[in-house]
Amino acid sequence: MAIEVSKVNKAFGATPVLRNVSVDVSSGSLTALLGPSGGGKSTLLRVIAGLEKPDTGSVVISGVDATNMAPQHRNVGFVFQHYAAFKHMTVFGNVAFGLEVRKRPKRELRKRVKELLELVHLEQFADRYPAQLSGGQRQRMALARALAVEPQVLLLDEPFGALDAQVRKELRTWLRRLHDEVHVTTVFVTHDQEEAIEVADTIVVLANGEVIQAGSPHDVYENPVNPFVMRFLGPVTNINGHLVRPHDLELTTTPQPGSTQAIVSRILRLGFEVRVEMIIDGHDAWAQATRGTAQRLNLKEGTTIYVRPAAEAKLLPVHAA
Amino acid sequence: MDAAAAVSQAPTVPQPLSPPMNPGDSSPTSQSGQGSWTPRSVIGGSRRGTLLGLGAATIYLSLIVLIPLAAVVWRSADEGPAYFWEAVRTPDAWAALQLTVVASAIVAGINLVMGTVVAWVLVRDNFPGKRLVDTLIDLPFALPTIVAGLVLLALYGPESPIGIDLAYSRAGVVAALLFVTLPFVVRTVQPVLLELDKEMEQAAASLGAGPALTFRRIILPNLFPAMISGTALAFTRSMAEFGSTVLISGNLPFKTQVASVQIFGQIESDNTTGAAAVSTVLLLVALVTLLILDVVQRWGTRHG
Amino acid sequence: MARHGLRIAALTYLFFLLVLPVALIMWRTFEHGLAPFVEALTSPSALHAFKVTLIVAAWAVVANTIFGVGVAILLVRHEFPGKRLLNALIDLPLAVSPVVVGLALILVYGRFAPAGGWLEDIGIQVIFSIPGMVLATIFVSLPLVVRAVAPVLEELGDEQEQASLTLGANRWVTFRRITLPGIRSALTYGVILCLARALGEYGAVAVVSGRLVDETQTITLFVEERFQNFDQQAAFAAATALAMIAVVTLLVTKLVTPKDAS
Repeated sequence: MAIEVSKVNKAFGATPVLRNVSVDVSSGSLTALLGPSGGGKSTLLRVIAGLEKPDTGSVVISGVDATNMAPQHRNVGFVFQHYAAFKHMTVFGNVAFGLEVRKRPKRELRKRVKELLELVHLEQFADRYPAQLSGGQRQRMALARALAVEPQVLLLDEPFGALDAQVRKELRTWLRRLHDEVHVTTVFVTHDQEEAIEVADTIVVLANGEVIQAGSPHDVYENPVNPFVMRFLGPVTNINGHLVRPHDLELTTTPQPGSTQAIVSRILRLGFEVRVEMIIDGHDAWAQATRGTAQRLNLKEGTTIYVRPAAEAKLLPVHAA
Repeated sequence: MDAAAAVSQAPTVPQPLSPPMNPGDSSPTSQSGQGSWTPRSVIGGSRRGTLLGLGAATIYLSLIVLIPLAAVVWRSADEGPAYFWEAVRTPDAWAALQLTVVASAIVAGINLVMGTVVAWVLVRDNFPGKRLVDTLIDLPFALPTIVAGLVLLALYGPESPIGIDLAYSRAGVVAALLFVTLPFVVRTVQPVLLELDKEMEQAAASLGAGPALTFRRIILPNLFPAMISGTALAFTRSMAEFGSTVLISGNLPFKTQVASVQIFGQIESDNTTGAAAVSTVLLLVALVTLLILDVVQRWGTRHG
Repeated sequence: MARHGLRIAALTYLFFLLVLPVALIMWRTFEHGLAPFVEALTSPSALHAFKVTLIVAAWAVVANTIFGVGVAILLVRHEFPGKRLLNALIDLPLAVSPVVVGLALILVYGRFAPAGGWLEDIGIQVIFSIPGMVLATIFVSLPLVVRAVAPVLEELGDEQEQASLTLGANRWVTFRRITLPGIRSALTYGVILCLARALGEYGAVAVVSGRLVDETQTITLFVEERFQNFDQQAAFAAATALAMIAVVTLLVTKLVTPKDAS
């Protein structure tokens, strides 16, 4: 285990932010801490880094109890949402900083920084200042800086939160590839479930300071442990008091065993898929159908259809714990 | 934040830190910048209005500031450069100038250190009464200089209740100057310290730097332009200071008489040319200091 | 540990340099009670000095406010060659020693100077009289209103003014009903700073006024003159009055400080 967090509690003043949180991160994995804003994910990350101290509980990093260690002794790389670039130093200076602190010889330092800049494709910006870089470039620099000292663990706090949607997507993929190359244990915080599913090996869902569920992206998506996780991880709709994924619904024009009657209220054609909005007993629901299906059924607004969950669909009662 | 920015950005053009006065430079209606000769209003039209306003402002400034100052320089050169130097190098004038420069330098140096310390404590520390102290820092700005002088004399003069007597001494002059320049470094460093991205310090810590190293390599370089700015302002103010030194120093020529007091004496004895000569020296020193200040501020903005 | 060291250093420095002096002057003034304080400040000379101070300050503040608002608008809303020069010149007065200010004005408006001579001929005495003191006070407080108003004017942006114009209002009405209310608190702040500076000016006014007691003596000059004449009671009383005004000014400006829009 690269990181073992056990029974950590943390409160800011009277407000509890982490409640009895325990998380295990295996060595070399890419783990996402996923959850809504204010759920405690960033705080947990900072506790692991040593930037916050837990009230109770322990943090063990690579077998060493780090709970009371200052951040500078933990050998943990940290990447901030707003980059925290040393704005008075060049890109080279930024990346070299950790190595300078460790008093590495000049030649070795130069070599290593060059390697890293090549890794993140910023070689030609070595002499620029952070203010002259775009957001995405700054974040890549921040990553190179954190990796320079060969940390045991790399922590990223909403690393793409401050960037445009397009750049986010690019950097997401890039992070995954970087991890495949470098293999350092990585934990990142995000509130974007798409990001978590796309990038991570393991997802830990945190809300209200508690761990709700941990597992592979597949696990967490297909077998959510409660409605909250189900809603957070993907689209849901309510059929007869049960939550189900809209793409797990079968639509027919005639009643089938287990199907419910609905009136089509709106049909949205979004490229390949068709979103069929409907009303069941006065409330709204929707199903995701392929273009082919929609055509075949000749769906129109106002018509009656019958809807039922597919055989293998996951169902959760709406008001489960 | 600016993810869409081009990959190969040219270095950003440094903007002077002194009051932001050129919104027109980035507004869509202005393409002229400095070289154009078409005065106009950004909110559309009234070229006449601009010229009128500019004319009025120029007249006001000229009548009250520019022409009088020019007259000083003119008068000092009135009887030729040789006389100018003679006037400046008369024993008492020269002594006064020397004292003023040295005292101002010392005061600037003390302010550089203590001003930063005070700013640090006000921003990073917490103690009962901090807000009161923070408000009081501006008192030397608000207090008339003669009152400052009287107050310091009462406290550090012959009738000092705590037994420190600095009257008629250079230390007294320095004390007076320290008082009036107190807010300068504090108030230029404070906002920078407040704005300083704490995450930079956290990043440095996560990279292995201890508090002292972080201060030296991360915090200090970012504070430096503000520190220099404030110190230059303190220096300029010290050079020019009159009212607060008048009482405590006793104005002993060659010993505790500062340049401004020496000039005052010359005016009273109707030696306006001599007074103008020393005044011109003071103005030149102020000019040089302000130029250095401008350069430092540009350097500071370049580094974000 | 370092934190405490710094705190002690800072507070000690401030104590000896700031707190103690101010406390002392209060003490010395009210040492013998309120009566001598009031008596000293209501003597004919003192009252005259108050009057002179207020007149000079009023003129200077009005002049600099009009100039200040005008120049702020000019710098922020208008384009013209030499804008940077104008900008730099505005700050010039801050760098000039008060005594030099006085000298400069004497050289131009003194009786034997060209402009001054001409003015005397038409009956206006500038130096050694109120007008000269007003000029000196304007000089030293020149940048204050401009520098308070301009940033706020910039931050407000001119869109509202543009909207006003499209709705048919002319420039003057736009100024009065849109611009002015927008800069109100910044303007108040600037005016207060200007007033405080004007009330407290010593050096420039000392040179330019001739320091004629009961004629061209302001309160600051009164303090010095009484002190040199060994009338410590009056000197301290006036000094305390000025100090109290300064403290009130500080508190008021703290309240009125234009807050950041965001």
